[in-house]
Amino acid sequence: MSAPTETPDTAKSAAGKAPTAATGTRIVRALGTGIPVYLLLAVLLLALLITDPGFYEPDSFLSFVKRAAPLVILAAGQYLVIVCGEFDLSVGAIVTAGVVVAAELYGSFPDAHWLVVTAILLVAGGLAGLISGLITTVLRVPSFITTLGMMLILEGAAFFWTGGSPQGVLPTAFRQLGRGTAFGWLPWAVVACLVAGTAAVLVMRSDFGRTLVATGDSDRAAALAGVRVIRVRTVAFILSGAAAALAAVLVGGFSGVSAQAGRGYEFEAITAVVLGGVVLGGGRGSVVAAMAGAFSLQALFTLLNLQGVSGALESTVQGVIVIAAVGLGAADWSRLRHRRTPPGSGPPDRTPPGTTHPTGTHNSGGTPS
Amino acid sequence: MLTMQGVSKSFLGVRVLHDVGLDLQPGEVHALVGENGAGKSTLMKVLAGEHTPDTGSITLDGTAHTFSHPGQAQAAGIGIIHQEFALLAHRTVAENVFLGREPTRRGLVDRAAMERRTAELLAEIDETGITPRTLVRDLSVARQQTVEIVKALASDVRVLVMDEPTAPLAEHEVALLSALVRRLTARGLGILYISHRLKEVFDLSTRVTVLKDGRHVTTVRTADTTPDDIVRAMVGRDLTAYYPPRARHDEIGEVRLTVTGGGNARLRDIDLTLRAGEVVGIAGLQGAGRTSLARALFGAAPFTTGAMTVGGKPLRPSRPRQAIRAGIALVTEDRKSEGLALRQSVRDNALLVTRAVAVRGRPPAGREVTALLERVRLQSRGEDQQAQFLSGGNQQKVVIAKWLAAGPQVLLFDEPTRGVDVGAKAAIHTLVRELAREGLAVLIISSELPELIGMSDRIHVMSEGRLVGELPAGAGEESIMRLATAGSDRAAGAPGAPREGAA
Repeated sequence: MSAPTETPDTAKSAAGKAPTAATGTRIVRALGTGIPVYLLLAVLLLALLITDPGFYEPDSFLSFVKRAAPLVILAAGQYLVIVCGEFDLSVGAIVTAGVVVAAELYGSFPDAHWLVVTAILLVAGGLAGLISGLITTVLRVPSFITTLGMMLILEGAAFFWTGGSPQGVLPTAFRQLGRGTAFGWLPWAVVACLVAGTAAVLVMRSDFGRTLVATGDSDRAAALAGVRVIRVRTVAFILSGAAAALAAVLVGGFSGVSAQAGRGYEFEAITAVVLGGVVLGGGRGSVVAAMAGAFSLQALFTLLNLQGVSGALESTVQGVIVIAAVGLGAADWSRLRHRRTPPGSGPPDRTPPGTTHPTGTHNSGGTPS
Repeated sequence: MLTMQGVSKSFLGVRVLHDVGLDLQPGEVHALVGENGAGKSTLMKVLAGEHTPDTGSITLDGTAHTFSHPGQAQAAGIGIIHQEFALLAHRTVAENVFLGREPTRRGLVDRAAMERRTAELLAEIDETGITPRTLVRDLSVARQQTVEIVKALASDVRVLVMDEPTAPLAEHEVALLSALVRRLTARGLGILYISHRLKEVFDLSTRVTVLKDGRHVTTVRTADTTPDDIVRAMVGRDLTAYYPPRARHDEIGEVRLTVTGGGNARLRDIDLTLRAGEVVGIAGLQGAGRTSLARALFGAAPFTTGAMTVGGKPLRPSRPRQAIRAGIALVTEDRKSEGLALRQSVRDNALLVTRAVAVRGRPPAGREVTALLERVRLQSRGEDQQAQFLSGGNQQKVVIAKWLAAGPQVLLFDEPTRGVDVGAKAAIHTLVRELAREGLAVLIISSELPELIGMSDRIHVMSEGRLVGELPAGAGEESIMRLATAGSDRAAGAPGAPREGAA
């Protein structure tokens, strides 16, 4: 029933009978659409080495990773939401609100244990994600609008609560995660980043992660395969909110209390994810590449800083990157698809549904009649 | 008035119209009939300028035309009423009628003239229930159709094509439409009338043309023929494909699924039994409710009335998850948007169901997936290949593997071989029969009668949301088509299904 141009499939190897080829392709596939970002990251790290030979001193490099940590964690959370076909614009506001709430909590309970406060923030971040997620999935408000609204609400609430200039100081114990070190050399932020990154990778390898990507690819197909689309998407929002709260703990520890603590982080996170080759609209891209995108972005900002480019230009650079990454991604796709597909095997079914097959016993027509 | 001669049309090298001819007199209703996919709609789209024919000519009132755009056909006096209306719901009747060619006065739309002219046109066809200022969304489907017709009349059409005009209408509206069609022909319009329902064809038309597999079969005066002759002309063809042997009596086992009195918005009085080892076919024309039936059994568009049992236990699934847990699987008609996550790997697709629903504990491990894909005879460049790069047949095999991973008891196939090449088609047929032999209950919906007849141990015919008859294995195409095309009057009175011996 397909176009005569299509060769019989018999030429191709049977499933799973080419283990050696499979390992090779598996590596390529593991990198997936992220290959450009790894190259970009390598180039940027090399450029940093040339610009500042001291960059790879352990201390200096670890402090780079430490500065990148909040963005990496945010990118991992943002990835979960983007890969299932949504956006989360509220993460920056969650960071701000998280820092402010922590300061206010310590204002009321100066002796609270840092673990308790951190746990409260994580739960609150997850709760914000839960609300965004339910509004998006159950009420079918586009997530762009839901999370934009959530961002404005949280920013406004934080501003209102603090009157614009947050009071209170975060105790040293709480700030350890953001600026302290383990064993005297390993920043806790790097540990947190590694833990969050590992968790993200494990999530994406789990059944939940695979159904999440499938949902982003085709929610109709997923729903008909028994996926609880609403639940899966909502969980992605919850995880994104919790990741933002964790980033808030790091940011609060690193730079202290401010009503602008998380400003702009939502777009940096989205930029990082896009840079990682994750397809907006969902269904494609890896979380490791998204996190590599966050490192690349941080490396780029560092590089610009070292080159003496004004920090004010950061958002301009970011804008260019977002457009370029999405544009190049889209352009690459159409070309790659032709190149990768041997003649005859691919894009199947360009034929209109049901057309006369050669024996002519039946014709279901290019169009229903 | 209108003559089409030697029209051929191919899509991507596949011919869907072979040298088809047709003529139309003023004041005539010329009916065009044929099975799903016989080429009726394509022929009409050629006439309306939506497709450009590869060969052939269209002559209207002595002038030869080559249309490459619908606007040209419209300007020449050819109007088409599609099955889906092209109306703006939030605009008034007059605005819709003159959409794109509004009368203007001093550069502004002359609403008064527009409404006056619409009122005149409505009066001409004795339509009193519609005013030019009514919003289209406030009109019934039948009246919206009338607006479509008025829209065509406003551009002075000579030839009006009506594609399944009664499909969306209720019974009493059909009579109104028939009256309207007669008034239009009385004004000298020529009407090309596509319909599956032979009753209407015989009520309305002067002549009938039968198309089959994109070829012209016959054109006869309606008065000189009978519905049976027309049905025979529609289906007369040889079975050339070979199908695996049907189930023997002793292979048909226990009851796996029953429905009694099942109904919802699209289905009525569904009584159905599926047994282990048996392949049950569902025949019917487009819009008869076959897909709705499959979706109802699967809980995707659930039954709202009636009772159902699955595996002997009462269960009327209201969500696919419930159906999946009970062991029901649905291979959907639209593989690309409903069957597969196209950008995911073969493996991820094959595992999707078992990952989403804990049917048998953990999802199958790597080796089991490989075994499963070999079982469905998948030919791919490895399990990591994205599903979108597989051929249609192999995509369908992945969909089947996805369900087999969940160990179903009942397999529902909606158009299992649509868009599948011949080789893969035979492989799927063999696989379906193997699965039945292993004790699964199988239901197949197919628009391809040879496939349905070749595969089924029993065939139910659907029409207008009901199962109107049951035929044994090897029933002839004619008896199926006779049941499928019977109007609802006959359908309602057909509880005792006609039986006939194996053909």
